[in-house]
Amino acid sequence: MTITITDFLVAFGVAFCGWALQTSVSGITRKTVARMQKRYGPKWYQNFRDIFKLLNKRAITHGWVYDFGVIMALAGIIGTAMFTPVANIVVFKGYDNFFVFVYLFAVGMLGMAMSASGSGNPLASIGVMRALTQMVGYEVPFMVIVLALIHVRDTSSISALVDIQQASGWNLVVMPIGTIVGFICLMGMLGKKPFDTYIAPAELASGPMVEYGGKQLGMLMIMHEIATFVEISLFVNLFLGGGSNILEFLVKYFIVYTLASYVSNVLGRFKIDQVVTFYYKIPILLALIQAGMLVIFGWGV
Amino acid sequence: MAKKANIKKDKVKKIVIDKSKSIIDAPSGMFSDKINEPFAHEMIVSKDRSENLTPKQRKRKWKSMANYFSANSLWMLMYCTGCCAIELPQAMTSRYDMERLGMGPMATPRQADILLITGYLSLKTLRRLIYTYEQMSEPKYVVGFGPCTLNGGIYHDSHAVINQLDQYVPIDLYIAGCMPKPEAVMNGFQDLIDLIEVGEATGWKDYHARYEWYKQNQKEALGEVMIHDEFHE
Repeated sequence: MTITITDFLVAFGVAFCGWALQTSVSGITRKTVARMQKRYGPKWYQNFRDIFKLLNKRAITHGWVYDFGVIMALAGIIGTAMFTPVANIVVFKGYDNFFVFVYLFAVGMLGMAMSASGSGNPLASIGVMRALTQMVGYEVPFMVIVLALIHVRDTSSISALVDIQQASGWNLVVMPIGTIVGFICLMGMLGKKPFDTYIAPAELASGPMVEYGGKQLGMLMIMHEIATFVEISLFVNLFLGGGSNILEFLVKYFIVYTLASYVSNVLGRFKIDQVVTFYYKIPILLALIQAGMLVIFGWGV
Repeated sequence: MAKKANIKKDKVKKIVIDKSKSIIDAPSGMFSDKINEPFAHEMIVSKDRSENLTPKQRKRKWKSMANYFSANSLWMLMYCTGCCAIELPQAMTSRYDMERLGMGPMATPRQADILLITGYLSLKTLRRLIYTYEQMSEPKYVVGFGPCTLNGGIYHDSHAVINQLDQYVPIDLYIAGCMPKPEAVMNGFQDLIDLIEVGEATGWKDYHARYEWYKQNQKEALGEVMIHDEFHE
């Protein structure tokens, strides 16, 4: 398959629309959460205002590692978003492999870790260390589930998995326990409570973000929105059958993000050791049971 | 054609130089790093897109856009020194809901836009306040709560408390009351938003323009602004 310049433009379009979508959706969620707390809440486009305000501000620098890491993080995440299959838009056909996401996502995260460490603030280093520790926690149960899925379906292409689900039922029905584990791991990936140990504003002064202000913080906010878009899309594609058209995909996307936010808003924060112990107790057990049911007994396949 | 372009460039440069004479009246230099050349960058970038506008109109357009975003997304850093701080939780939570104005608390000075000074300042905390203020990225605004920041309030004759805060850092807005009620706090924030939107909250430019004066006052009060302890060396 040849990749033309049009493909790249469409892929950039996917990344940009993903950013705009996620920024709007999180704004709507801020509003509805405010209503749940009997407040009025901000305008739905408040997150856009925040980002543009930050890009308007003057920036300081803590050295070239600090600046370069931010650009690397943003570029890595935009690169990941370009591969994301959205409904029937699959830009780079044959390259939308699950492992491409795993590796490309790490580029963005490492960029951010590098930049945060480059700022020289000890709280940033603690935040980065906690983020990586938490990653060790949620990656294992998530990988167990996804590898079992890939084993029974005999493909690791996201769009192929979506096609199988469109034909023979969503993975939510085929592997309900696995979907629950996937959702718990998604909460960890998004850094939603109770898994927001590495941000922890009252404890670590927002962790890796402690030294960021102005343009760099604006770029990191854009990066955060696109990363959320990629993670939620991955969950929708893997467990909820993607979407046969854009509207279906958007509805599923909205439901998953809103649910994650609502769950996050009624819970407190775990300590970092509690996060890892939690992931290594309940989700990993459920994941192993589900993998056994799928791989050994072939239930639901 | 080339000649025409050259002339235009010259015009743009000339205007920039003219405007830079009065630093306080100059528009906020949002992409520019030097205070003396506000908007030099924008004017050249935006020239092709809005050819019909005069440079002055173009500058005003950019400025008003920047002011709109700055005004409607204010992130606070609360320097809770005195009793007025107790009025902020009500203003922040469900009863008065500060978030509908786009405001919210932030964890560090680097991320924040406005610095709230809630009450009296002892000489010891003034040093930390100056450090904090200088760490914030521009444009930045300062709000003083109660009479203690204005004239010393009930602590006016204390040996350890400064009386007039605006001699040390520029204040954009005072909120009256001892302590100000949450209604007054919300009203004050709405006033600050209006001031920023019309571009009149220019304390941070004043700090640049009269930096020596502020430094001298700080030195007179503190002897030395530098902090010597285990966290700052």
